[in-house]
This record gives sequence, structure tokens and C-alpha cells, in this order.
Amino acid sequence: MTLAEKILAAHSGNNKVSPGEFINVKTDLVLSNDITAPIAIKEFNRLGVSKVFDPQKIVMVPDHFCPNKDIQSAEQAKMIREFAHKHNLIYFEVGEMGIEHVILPEKGLVLPGEVVAGADSHTCTYGALGAFATGMGSTDIAVAMATGEIWMKVPPTIKFVFHGKPGKWVGGKDLILYTIGKIGVDGALYSAMEFAGEAVADLSMDGRFTMANMAIEAGGKAGIFYVDNKTRAYLKGRTTRKYTEYKPDSDANYASVIEYDAAEIEPQVAFPHIPSNTRPLSKVGNIPIDQVIIGSCTNGRLDDLRLAARILKGRKVNPNLRCIVIPGSQKVYLDALKQGLIETLIKAGAAVSTPTCGPCLGGYMGVLAAGERCVSTTNRNFAGRMGHIKSEIYLANPAVAAASAISGRIAGPEEVV
Amino acid sequence: MPLKGTVHKYGANVDTDAIIPARYLNLHEPADLARHCMEDIDADFIKRVNAGDIIVADTNFGCGSSREHATVALKASGISCVIAKSFARIFFRNAINIGLPLLECEEAVDSIQAGDMLEVDLVSGKITNLSSNTTFTARPYPDFMMQVIKAGGLVEHTRKRLAGER
Repeated sequence: MTLAEKILAAHSGNNKVSPGEFINVKTDLVLSNDITAPIAIKEFNRLGVSKVFDPQKIVMVPDHFCPNKDIQSAEQAKMIREFAHKHNLIYFEVGEMGIEHVILPEKGLVLPGEVVAGADSHTCTYGALGAFATGMGSTDIAVAMATGEIWMKVPPTIKFVFHGKPGKWVGGKDLILYTIGKIGVDGALYSAMEFAGEAVADLSMDGRFTMANMAIEAGGKAGIFYVDNKTRAYLKGRTTRKYTEYKPDSDANYASVIEYDAAEIEPQVAFPHIPSNTRPLSKVGNIPIDQVIIGSCTNGRLDDLRLAARILKGRKVNPNLRCIVIPGSQKVYLDALKQGLIETLIKAGAAVSTPTCGPCLGGYMGVLAAGERCVSTTNRNFAGRMGHIKSEIYLANPAVAAASAISGRIAGPEEVV
Repeated sequence: MPLKGTVHKYGANVDTDAIIPARYLNLHEPADLARHCMEDIDADFIKRVNAGDIIVADTNFGCGSSREHATVALKASGISCVIAKSFARIFFRNAINIGLPLLECEEAVDSIQAGDMLEVDLVSGKITNLSSNTTFTARPYPDFMMQVIKAGGLVEHTRKRLAGER
């Protein structure tokens, strides 16, 4: 069995599961946020149950439009706060909160070998820890909150092997954008993506979270890494719970095995309006920009801020654009503050915000006008995603974003450092 | 009872931001969401759509965000089913869970034009294009999903299951 199949078998009371099989899977954690929980709560109330299956396995995070951006968002945030308190769920209020996919691993709420069902497509982020984590809708989450189970079709697994050593400015973002550029936005539709090879073993945990995060942008159901010493070191001090490290069998059946040479991969930029529209940095050309966003569940972690600050230190954001940096959690924010990164970023002319998903989905804190272009470390560049339908989003890693903020056009770090 | 309605046709990779833009995710009532359904890619959709109408689209319909609001908005706007070459995974689940039928059929998508009148039989998967007098058969649902569809959605299916366990 593949890594995904092993975890799903263990959570469905089966010795073996095969792709295509329908199974009921026990969930270790059930997640929702301020935009998906309201519908989940309404559906939960229709189920005719009075209690959730286990309050300590259900998390609600107000992060998308929180701190509240308008009255309707405030009403939705209030709805989830009241439900979370009533049922004694795990809940992170503004002040302790952050972007769900940054804080859940940070707080030790997700461990290797676990199954996480989240009403947010980027729930796949936790695959970095060797968990089977997948996004679904609000009704699925309502049922999971009541029963602790979700229905699932066992996905086939595609194995991606990244050989070699990535270049200096190439990170998890570039490996995953490159992959999506090669296989397309439905290249891993319904499949589990298993990431292997020296290049991913070489990535920091933050880089792995970035990669697993964007499995959904290839249509994937999950994006999973093997547990290694980096995973174990990350978990140290975050949890006292026991966990199981699964490994794929040597005779596991993969739908396909795709191999890349990471040394050949340049920093990638995804052009509008689809994440698969990637180009290597050297082929970008002259694209003037109006805004840079550094943050999100994809690239809002300490490594990302450190990289941006390294580029921006002692330099200035181009006066013709806005550079907005959004740490992914209060912990990331505080660590960045202690390390002097926030001071560096502000002195360079960046605006630094409290954690929120905000601009990634065009909510607030950096919405674009018609005709404006943004280089963003986020995960989606669909038309209208960050604001006006005639605005453009270019997805890139934090080093490219920071260099672009200085240059006023899409630029690589080598041009400014 | 077969579904019957006029076709609204779209291309590949229609994402959930296009079906319901994120700026409206501060809303969750079906009627509120329906008012903004498809507005960024088809501003007149909501004026044109009639109860029972059918969306026909190419591959990977509903990709992107997990927002169930997309399926809710389509259903509340009057759409009775969506026919596509393939669907994004989470969108597929959401639609089945809330009782919005989806059918996969490549030949039908290639042949059917915007404005055609269709009749769809969900049990047999038979799609009849009344405008061109052609028929197609969609891929059948797996048993488990048919149970959810027959129950009227996942909440109803789960209610039944829980009642059985008591």
C-alpha cells in the first residue's frame, strides 16, 4: 500500500484498502473557519443530534475575514464563536489566532499518520507532517462533527520524486508550481500526491507545508511527505500525544511515478489566471506591478518572512507599489519581531498586518483595482480572486516577491541582492 | 421524474471563485448567494437562468476553493444539474451532499450547445438533447453515492443512518 492507503486502512478498520473503494474513515481532527462553519453549523443543526462526537477533536478558526472586515463577516464570526463555546470546541480567538493551516501544526494539533478533514481546500497542508489531510465542504464537516467519520473514495496515489539539489532561490513553492505547470490543475485530480526524493528531504518543514498546501491546485486530494528527523524535531515540544509513522510498502501500487531533477528547476512564476500557467523566472519578461503580498497559508511562515527580510534589508520598496506582509500566525509574528524581521520589513517600506487570509481571496487588506497587477506568495491566481475581475495575480516564492517589491516589476533576487 | 431545462455552456476549469466570488462569502443564505452566481464570468447568467436549467461544461468544473457556497448558489439559482467532462473533487462531494446532481459525459459536452433544451434521467443517466434529437449516457454513480442522492443529500442520509443505529 502507498502512504495514503496505509493511513486510510488504519482509520477505516481495514487491513488493506484499494483505490476506488468507498470507505468510512475515522477523523482525528475536524476543522472549519469563519466562512465554511456557518453552513456547517446550519447543517449540523438539521442532523438531529445534540452533541458533537468529541469537542477536543473539532477546531474552528476565524481567519478568512477576521478580524471582522464588515458587518456580515462579524455576524458569521459571532455565529461560529457562539457554537464553538456552546460545544466547548477548540477555538482560537483573534489575538491568539492566525491562519488555520499555520496554527494547527504550530499548536501540535496535527500529527503524523492522522486523518484531518477540513472545510477548507488547503487542509492538505498537513500532509507535510505525514498526515492524510483533505479539504471538503461544509456538509461533510457537519456530519464529521456529529459522527467523527467521513465517507471517502480511496484515491490512487501519484508519486513525485524530486532528485538533486534545488538552486539557491528555489523553495517548496517553486517545486510545487513547477509540478502544477507540468501536470496541470487537474493533473492529480482525485489522487493522493506522495512527495519523495533528496530535494524534498532537503526542504525545511516550512517549505514542505508550502508544497503540501498547493496539492489541491493540481486537483489532489492530499499531498503527503514521509516522516523524517525534521518532522520529529518539529513535533518536539508541541505535543505529548503518541503518533504512528507510516511508510509506503516497497511493492506499493502507484498510478504513476513522476520524476524531476530539482537542480534544473528555476524559481517559478504562475501567470494569470490559473496556477498551471507557470514560467521560469528567466522567461518572465518585463511585467510592472502595483502590489506585492507576502503571507497566506502557503507562504506566511517564519522561513518565508526571513527570506523576504533578507532581500529587503537595507533596501526600499519601490514607491510605485504597495508591499503588504501578513505573518501567518501570532507566533510567526512574534518570532519575526524578536528576530528583527518586522523592523527590517517596515524600514524597507512594507506594511505589516495582523494574521488573516484577507487579500488571498479578495477579502480585504490588499484588494486590487481594475488593471492592477500583484505578485503574491499565495496559492491561487484565478480571475478576480484578489479583487477586480480585470486585475492580475502572479504567484511566486517570497524571495521573488520581495525582489519584485524593490524593482517595481517581477524580478529575481539576484537582480537586487 | 426527469429533469428538463435550457443549457448554459462553459469551458474548462470553471473555478469556485467564478461560480461565487469570495467577496460574497460573508453571506451564507442560499437566496443571497444565488444573486451573485457566475457574475464575474457571465454577468447575465442570473437574469437568463430559469428553474430547471442545466449547466454543461468542459473538464475540472468547480476547481479551487472548498466553498460549498458554490453548489448552494447554483442550486438556489435554479440549476437542476451540471453535466461536465470531469469535476473537481471537493465540488463533486459538495454537490452530491446537498442534492445537486452532477453527470460526467464527454460526448454530451462536445455535442450540446448553449441554448439547447435537455431532458435528463438521473436513474439511468440518459441525457436527451431535445433540440438536436440526440441521446447520451452518463457514467453511472457508484452505489454509495446513489444512496446519498436517493436519500436527498448527506444530512438526510446520515439522519437515517443514525436513526438505524439507535
